[in-house]
Formats: sequence, C-alpha cells, structure tokens
Amino acid sequence: MLVYLIRRLFNVVATLLVVSVVTFGIFFAVPKITGSDPALMYAGRETNETALAGIRVKMGFDKPISEQYLIFVKGIVAGRDYNTGVDSTHCPAPCFGYSFKTETPVWDLMLDRIPVTLSLALGAAVIWVIAGVATGVVSALKRRTAIDRTVMVGALAGVSLPIFFTGMVAPAVLVYGLGWLDVSNYRPLTEDPGAWLNSMILPWVTLAFLFAATYARITRATMLEVLGEDYIRTARAKGLTERVVIRKHALRSTLTPLVTMFGLDFGGLLGGAVLTETTFSFQGLGTAAVAAIGAGDLPVIMGITLLAALFVVMANLIVDMLYAVIDPRVRLT
Amino acid sequence: MTDNPSFVPEPAGPAPGSEPFLSVRDLQVHFPTDDGLVKSVDGLSFDLERGRTLGIVGESGSGKSVTSLAIMGLHRTGNARSRPHISGEVRLDGEDLIRADAEHVRKLRGRKMAMVFQDPLSAMHPYYTVGHQIIEAYRTHQDVDKKKARTRAIEMLDRVGIPEPAKRVDAYPHEFSGGMRQRAMIAMALVNNPELLIADEPTTALDVTVQAQILDLIRDLQKEFGSAVIMITHDLGVVAEMADDILVMYGGRCVERGSAEKVFYEPRHPYTWGLLGSMPRIDRDQTDRLIPVKGAPPSLINIPSGCAFNPRCPYADVPKGGITRTQRPELTLVDAAEGADRHWSACHMSQEERTRIWTEEIAPKL
Amino acid sequence: MIRRKQALAITAVIAALSLTAACGDKGDDGKKGGEGSSNAAFDAATKGVVNPSDKKGGELKLWSPQDVDYLDPARAYYGFVWNMQRLYIRQLLAYDSKPGADGTKLVPDLAEALPVLSNDGKTYTVKIKDGVKFEDGTPITSKDFKYGIERVFAQDVLSGGPTYLIDLLDQGQKYPGPYKDTDPNKMGLKSVETPDDKTIVFNLASANSDFSYLLAMPSSSPVPAGKDTGATYTNKPVSTGPYKVESFTASKGATFVRNEHWDPKTDTIRKGLPDKVSFTVTTNPDDMDARLLSGDIDLAVDGTGMQQAGKNKVLKDPALKKNADNPFTGYIRYFAFPQTVAPFDNIECRKAVIYAADPKSLQNARGGPTSGDLGANMLPPGIPGSDKSYDPFGLTKGEPQVEKAKEALKACGKPDGFETTIAVRNNRAPEVKSAESLQAALAKVGITAKIDQFDGKLSSSTIGSPENVKKKGYGIIVMGWGADYNSGSGFLQPLVDGSFILPNGNNNYTEINDPEINGLFDKAASAATPEAAAPFYTDINKKVMEKALYLPINFDKAFVYHNPRLTNVYFNDSMGKIDLATVGVVK
Repeated sequence: MLVYLIRRLFNVVATLLVVSVVTFGIFFAVPKITGSDPALMYAGRETNETALAGIRVKMGFDKPISEQYLIFVKGIVAGRDYNTGVDSTHCPAPCFGYSFKTETPVWDLMLDRIPVTLSLALGAAVIWVIAGVATGVVSALKRRTAIDRTVMVGALAGVSLPIFFTGMVAPAVLVYGLGWLDVSNYRPLTEDPGAWLNSMILPWVTLAFLFAATYARITRATMLEVLGEDYIRTARAKGLTERVVIRKHALRSTLTPLVTMFGLDFGGLLGGAVLTETTFSFQGLGTAAVAAIGAGDLPVIMGITLLAALFVVMANLIVDMLYAVIDPRVRLT
Repeated sequence: MTDNPSFVPEPAGPAPGSEPFLSVRDLQVHFPTDDGLVKSVDGLSFDLERGRTLGIVGESGSGKSVTSLAIMGLHRTGNARSRPHISGEVRLDGEDLIRADAEHVRKLRGRKMAMVFQDPLSAMHPYYTVGHQIIEAYRTHQDVDKKKARTRAIEMLDRVGIPEPAKRVDAYPHEFSGGMRQRAMIAMALVNNPELLIADEPTTALDVTVQAQILDLIRDLQKEFGSAVIMITHDLGVVAEMADDILVMYGGRCVERGSAEKVFYEPRHPYTWGLLGSMPRIDRDQTDRLIPVKGAPPSLINIPSGCAFNPRCPYADVPKGGITRTQRPELTLVDAAEGADRHWSACHMSQEERTRIWTEEIAPKL
Repeated sequence: MIRRKQALAITAVIAALSLTAACGDKGDDGKKGGEGSSNAAFDAATKGVVNPSDKKGGELKLWSPQDVDYLDPARAYYGFVWNMQRLYIRQLLAYDSKPGADGTKLVPDLAEALPVLSNDGKTYTVKIKDGVKFEDGTPITSKDFKYGIERVFAQDVLSGGPTYLIDLLDQGQKYPGPYKDTDPNKMGLKSVETPDDKTIVFNLASANSDFSYLLAMPSSSPVPAGKDTGATYTNKPVSTGPYKVESFTASKGATFVRNEHWDPKTDTIRKGLPDKVSFTVTTNPDDMDARLLSGDIDLAVDGTGMQQAGKNKVLKDPALKKNADNPFTGYIRYFAFPQTVAPFDNIECRKAVIYAADPKSLQNARGGPTSGDLGANMLPPGIPGSDKSYDPFGLTKGEPQVEKAKEALKACGKPDGFETTIAVRNNRAPEVKSAESLQAALAKVGITAKIDQFDGKLSSSTIGSPENVKKKGYGIIVMGWGADYNSGSGFLQPLVDGSFILPNGNNNYTEINDPEINGLFDKAASAATPEAAAPFYTDINKKVMEKALYLPINFDKAFVYHNPRLTNVYFNDSMGKIDLATVGVVK
C-alpha cells in the first residue's frame, strides 16, 4: 500500500513534469521557434523597444529555453527573483510564474481564485451526486413507468442544455419568478457564511443540473445492469427485504463506476468551471484563465494549466485509492 | 386452469388426505416480451416429500431454472413491469405460495426454502466478505446479535468443510477457490435449516473431483437436516446417484418422470434417450463417442406444434398420420401396475414400440 | 521640425493603435448612459448636469467587464481608467469638470495657474498650489512631478502607458528612467527643471501647443520617490485626489476610500461626494446590465455602453430611458481608399464610391441611430476645430446618390464600373456588416466589390502594411479611429500626415502625403494655445475631405445607462464619459 502510494505519487510528479514541459513548450518555446518574439505577447499595448527589452530580461527570454524551463521548475520549488538589474521582483515559492500584466505572482492569483472554484465545485458536486444518484435509482426501479420517462426526459434536457441557458433560466425562476433567492456576487465563506450560501445556490444548481443529468442516466443504466446480477438474485433468495437488496447490495455496485466519473469530473471542475463562473460573474480559476487568455497573460495561463492538471491527476489518484476501498478485489500493487 | 386443454395427470403422491410437502400443480410461467409470450414453463406438476431428492433435468431453456425461481417466489421481486405471468399452484407445506402475500413469501425465502446457485463467484456479492453474507442471511430470519450470528457462520463454514473457518469467515468470495465458494454458498443456504433446498446446477462451474465432493456434501447435509432437495441440472450424471426421482423437462414441460431407477434404466422418451447418450459414464468404453441430442432447443415463443421434441426426434415419423406434428402427447403412465415408482412419459409412440427401440437400439450403444 | 514631427508621429501612432486595440470593442457598441432625477431625461447628461447635489456619503459602485490595465499613473492607458484616476490622482492641469465644450478645456489642478509660456513657446513654467499633499500628508513638490515624469522613461520596468512625454522631453539625452539614473537624487532628466519646491520648468525643443494636454495626462502625475515600488507600484499607487486605494486585486476589483489629506479647497474640479468607491470586474456584461437596471450598481464605468438586450429594454421603457444617454465617444467609423490601389488613384472613382454608398444602411449596419450620428467629415465632435455640419458629399441626407455616382464613374473613365476589394477585420461584426452594406450599394452602380475578412488581431501587418495593401489590392478599408487626447493632431495626424506613413502599423491607409496638410500640422503645433490651433485642424479636415479619400460612416455614440440615484451626472466631452470627479450617490 505504501509502496503503491509512493509509486503513484511519483507518477503524479512525472505526469505534471510532462504537462509542464508541454505547456512550457507551447507558451515559450514555440513562439521562439516560429520566430515570433514572446516578449511581444507580454508587452500589452505598449510595444516600444525599451519595454520589450525590459520584458525579455524579466522573463529570462535571453536565456536558452532549457535553462528557462529549469528556472521555472526551480521557481515552483524554491521561488525565484525576477531581477532586471533595475527592479527586482521576488516571487516566493511555490512560484508558478509572475504576471507582469497585473504585477502579481501567479500563485497569489490562484490562491485567491481557488476558494471560489472550490466552493462552486464542492457544493455542486454534493447536489449533483445526491440528486443524480437518487433520480437514477428511482428511475431504474420504476423502469418503463411514467416516472422513469419523465425523469429521463429531464435528464436528457439537463445533458443537452448549455450552462448559459440554465444559468439564465435558473435565476429567472428562482429569483424573479419564485423570489426564493437574491442575485448576489460571490462572498467568501469566511466573511459571511449566509451570504456565501445565498450567492452559491444558483451556480450550484445550474452546474449540478448538468452533471446530475448525466449521473442520473449512468446510475439508471448501471442500476439496471446490477439488478440483473446473480448476487442480487442471491440476496433476494436469502429473503432480504427489497430495501436492503437495493440499498446495500445494488447501490454499492452501482456507485463504483460513478466514482471514476466523479473523480474526473470533479478534478476537471477544480481547474475552473468556466461557463458557470462566467455566467454568474464569479472570479474563479476558469474566469481567470479566460481573462488571461484574452490578455495574453502567459504566466497565468500556464500556472492555471498546471494547477488544473494537478487537480485532475490527484483526483485520479484518489479515485484509484477509493476503488480499493469500495471493491475488495482491487489490490493496490 | 380450465383454459389449458392438456390433460394433467395426478402424479404419484402419498396416501389421500395427507398433502405432500411440496406440491406443484400445472405451473405456468409466461414472460411477456416485445417478440411475444415466452412460455418458459407451461403446465408442470410434481410432488416432493421431505428427505427426498428430485432431480430436474433438461437442456438450458427447458424451463427448469425458471421453475425453481417460481417456487422461490423470486419472479415476484424486482421491477413490476418485467415480472412474468404465473399461474397454477405451488404448495409448500400446505401453503399456496403463488397466491400468498409477497412479504410472507419473502420471509419463507432463505428460512424455509433456500437456494444454491450455479456460479458461486457471480452469485455472491464481490464487495462483502463471505461471513458477512452468511451472517446477513442468518440475521434476516433470526433475532440474534452479530456475535452469535458470526459464531453460527463459522459453524456453518466448518460444517461444509471449509478449513480454518474462523479465519476464512472474513475472506472475500474472490479469495476462495471455486469449490470453496460453492461450499460457502451451501453454508449460506443452509444457515437457517431450510426444509426445502433447491440447488440449481450446483456443480456445473466446478471441476469433476470437486463436483463429486460438493454432491457428497449436499447428500450428507440432506440426511442430517432431513430437507427436501430439488437438484436442477442439465447433466443426468449429476443426479444419477443423488436423486430419488427424476423429472425430465423439454420446452417448458415434463416429458418423462419417474424414479431414478426407472428413468435411468427404462427410459421411455426419445429425449431422455438422447440425454443418456450424451452422458459421460465411467463404465463406458472410452472409444465410444458421446452422442449429443441433435438440433437446438425449441423457441419458447413458437413452440413446435404437436410434440415439442418432434423436429429433433429421430422417431418422429414412427407414429402414423404425422400425429407427432399436430397433436401434443400427454403424460401417461408407462405401466399402470407399478407402485410408488410410477413412471410417466409423454410420447406418441406406443409403449411396445418404445420398449423395443430402447432395448434393441439405444441401450446396447450406451 | 521634421524630427519633432516624426517623433510625435510615432508615439501618436502607438498610442492610437493601443487605444483602438484596447477600446475598439467598446466603441463598437457605442452606447452610453445618463441620469435620473428631477431633471433626468434621455441624453440630458450630455447637455448639462443631471441631479445637481452636494450631498456627501454613500458608496459609488462602479462595474466593468474589463479590468483596469494599471492603477499606476505612468502605466495606465485605458480611457476609463484615466476617468477613474480622476478619483485618486491629480496632475498640474486637468480637463474642467463642466458639461459641453467647457469640459474639453484645461484648467489648473495642482498648478496655481495655467503654464506660463516663454522662449517662443518652448518653455513652460508652472507653479504648484499651496496646501496640496500626498495621502500620507507630505506636501507635493516640484521634484515629485519630475520624478513621476521620469518614471515614464523607465519603459523597461513600467511599460503600458503613453510615451508622448519621452518624445518631447528626452531631446537626445536617452534618459533611462530613475531606476538607472546615475544622479544620486534621481533627478537626471535634463529638460525638466525644479528651481524650487513650488516651481517646475519644462524646456521643449520646439513650440508645441499640445504639451498642455500631455501635462493633463495621468502619466504626468507626481510620484513620491520614496514610495515608489517600481513595477508593483500599480497595486498601491500613492494618492493625491479625494480618494486613496484601499485595496486592489487584479481582475477582481478595487476599493477606494477617502483620502484625509485631500483638501477640497485646493480642488476646483473634484467634488469627492461618495464616502467610498468600489470597482468590480465582471465576466458577464448582460448580468451587469441587469444589475444596473435594478439599481444594484451605479455605473458601467468602462463606458462601452449596454449590451443589445439591455439597450432594447431601456429604449422601450420611458422610465428607464430617462436615465440613459447617447454621448459621442470621439470615434469615427469610416472607409478609407488607398491611393496606391487602382482605380482609387483617381479622385473621381473615389467619389463614385462615396456617392454610391447608402448612409442609412451603413448606420444600421453599425446598430442604428443610437450607435452614432451619420458621418459627414473626418473630425469628430468634441475636438476643437470640428464642425459636425460640414458635409461636402451630402452624406447626412442619408440617401445613396446614384446619379452623382454614375457621373463620377464616367469622369473616372469607368462608366460601367470596376472591380475592387473591401478589407475588413473579421472580429468586428458591425464592420463586416458595413462592408456588406457598401458592397450591395456599389453593385447598384456597377462596381463589383469582393469582401476580404482578415484576422483582426493582425491589423498592423495586413492593412497596416502599405506594401501588403497594394499587393492584395485593398481598394477599400473599413476602420474606426479615436484620439488619445483632445486635439486635432491627436486625432488626425496619424491618419493624414504624410510623415506618419509606416511600413507596419500604418494608420494613414490612404497614404496621403500632402505638403500643404503636413505644413498645417506644423503650424497647429506651434500655435500658442489649443484654441489657437483649432482653425488649422478645421482646415486640414476640409483639405482631406476635398480629396475624397474617406467615406465617414458615423460619429460614434455610446448608449449608457446610469443609476438614477447618481448626482452631478454629466458627460465630459474630453473623454465622452460620465465624469467621476463629480458624481455622488446621495440626493
């Protein structure tokens, strides 16, 4: 188990290194190879030579790419200084780069954004897992009934409707129609839990709707498959009540494939729920990435890319560990 | 069941006035599907007494497993839309299980009647320990604490011959060998001392040596607990030594029924001959090849008219006038003079003809 | 003189390019908001002050779909940030906070009086007001101004802002900025002198009537050397205005609170009414519009105007419409005809296109009458010397003039028309629609125009390269243009001064290089005051129009809605935006 964990963590690091090499290559090496000046991308509107020269020194574009990469990796571990000889900017570890557009270390920006994205992803995840699994189970048990058909049409809608649509309809119904909620901006949990909750509900519901629909469909299909398993027949032959058969025997098996899905979905979301964040004007990692792309703020794009990769890889690792807990046949070796 | 045109003979039974322990009468299990009605069991009747073993033999799709599930009431669980239509009677200890309250039948399941399934690997939940699953079966019907239930589980594992039962009780099914799993399965089925044990192909997934061990085990346990046993198999060999009575099913119906001795040594149905021909026997000359029953089992949606076996029967043209293709043969007594070993079969050929074919053509080749 | 012009030319081009790049999108939608109160009415804030009040208190809530570029005065370039900077930094001179033409006039701010010109207009001497202080209470001295200006020279550290000051003040010194300054006091820039703490003297190489405008730009703000944190100064610049920066988070927003060391007696421009000003960046402009209409927030400070949905809602509802305004943005949308591409070397063929165009249809292509007034000439309202009614081609009649177009074609020797290509940025829907409108109109007089949509991000190397324009045969180019500062040179020079023709990033698409026009720019520059320079620009505008090199589409307008609770709302003509120096939130 420990050996397994160490090996997997080693894999995580290796994966992230590969991702970092690739992203670094795309953002820093490719422009150099194609002959365009990466400094131009950092210059913003002002492209006079002095400004470009300053950027080149700051970003280390005067050094070979391999060395730039090593400095970047070293920065994550030990921090780095952007020293132009005139003006020195310290970027403390973990330094995922420094945004010269906003004059902030990328890590600070990400730290600022993570709680938003995490709030969004966590809350939505709780809703969609509960709602998705519950409706999926009901649908499976009431197969071919009106309930089943209604739920599945709803699920199809959920899968098909884009976030920006549900993101518009949800407030229209919940805020303006029913008056249950107020429109509000993201408020940190630590500042005002009530306001945080109020600000989160709509985005949660919107985001969860999309996933809940998928989860309901998968749960239904898996549940139907599991109900046909021999061991379910055995459980019934033992005289267990239908409740125990479903809740204990069928559900546990049904959840197994969902865990994998959930790991990937959740890990991906932590990298930023771009559409939801945009729709609700949340300043999360997703909107930060989009803004950075719009502004050509490469260090931020790269930092968030790496962070998102880290989330996905870690989520995968956790899913694999969880698998061993759920299914005793899986051995972590 | 007046709408059933076929004649249902009274099977052999105990003296009038005392009901048999298990009595199945004109059992029909029909599954409605998009393609039509699947008549898995179409008018089956038999009796079984405590301490006796009935072997139900037939190819896959002959309705033998469906019969066992119908007795257990397992067709009544799960999604209402996929439940079959069941009619006829299944009386266990005087109670009609078909018409009984579902919750009542559930309480009988696992306690009064238990079942052992074919593939113990898929029939046990992979995520729970063997002990857990036995304890669960026990505590569902007995008001005992976990500790007592665990003691009982270990006791049962010990009884079915699992070494180090106190240790293995915490193992998962996948950590057991095939034979061990089947033993555990049996332990689980017997944990509540059921009066009826249905074993559905209990040895099919196992190798020959282990098969014999498991069969021995079931026989021993039956003696010890005095249960009635239904042994369902496609392999006559399995029931040869175990069963008191044998019922041969084809196309959802009984084609031959009688004491094991009769069915084995004086079979009176061409299908039974086929089964016997395909049975591996220790005393058979190794150079002889097995003779499988030619052709495929019938579609249960469009059962052949006349005798269901007629498309595969080498003797289909023996009775005159194509009667085998137009009229369904009834179960009739082979020899009315016989006693408790009453022997029934459903074939259009005359008794004489069949006796002749058996003694002259079939038996010598076996 | 040529050198001077070249230098200024280059900076102006960069500045204008930057502005188009940064703000072009905003101008496209072209809508702005107004006021609501007793005297609230549609467009009232473009004509006068709506809801006059001196009541203090409350929080002014500003939102924007666009983050600020920098809060650092040396680095900011976005127009709306310059407006926001009126809240927390002051310069020697500033645009007066008055509606109408008065708002385009410079008045003393931290200076005691307007600069005193001497040495044939080459020396500007300015005295600093008594009692003006930084947010920590330190008095502002002439050295702080000089240091602030020197920072602009450190482009390697503080990139982003306009560099006009370098062009006019470096004068061959190659001053590297204060961080590399060898002078122990970091006062090494030779052209700026500080004889005493109250006096600052600027020595120009030649007279330049635009210099006062440069002194009013945020990049000329005083910065205390001891508080300069270099590149990160932008996160917490030192305030001299009514508010100071309490907090700032990039791409999220900022909070401004009262600066106790701002003395209203020293300030004739700012009212400092709200107790607090918050700035929030949003990612959802439609949501922002909804909040604006619900009264949740006060103003979309970016000034690009409402999204179509919000705009439609406001236009339909008189109760909302009275809080909206439709101000000029200072942009002109136009077609340009490169003379290097035949047959546009012939003025008659150019006229044929101008007459054939359908002005109403073009206006609709840009979004209808609220997107701008029908274009008539090439100097937008608000710039001294402009005359909206000057309409040499009768474009404001709004009808295609087919007969005149056909006559012009005959005169050009192409009575049956000709073939040409319209170049248009692919990322600007209104421009593409404009091109399609023109294409349809031209077809009616026999001119076949093919539309070439190019990558808008690559403008400087496609239409900005005269060589490429000729090669591709771009006879007609769709573009838009706005000025950095409110003078005729700020607007027109990059477009029509022959010395501004560049191999890349060119904005003089017609490649006009007329000695008379070039000379008029020089004369305007050497005028003593902006007012004196104005007639020269009127003249340049006429000369350009007579050459039929441009087909103006419209004088761009924005559609802006503001919270009716806002007081002292008016559009300052120098920037086409609601002046943040005066607004309050308590009636």
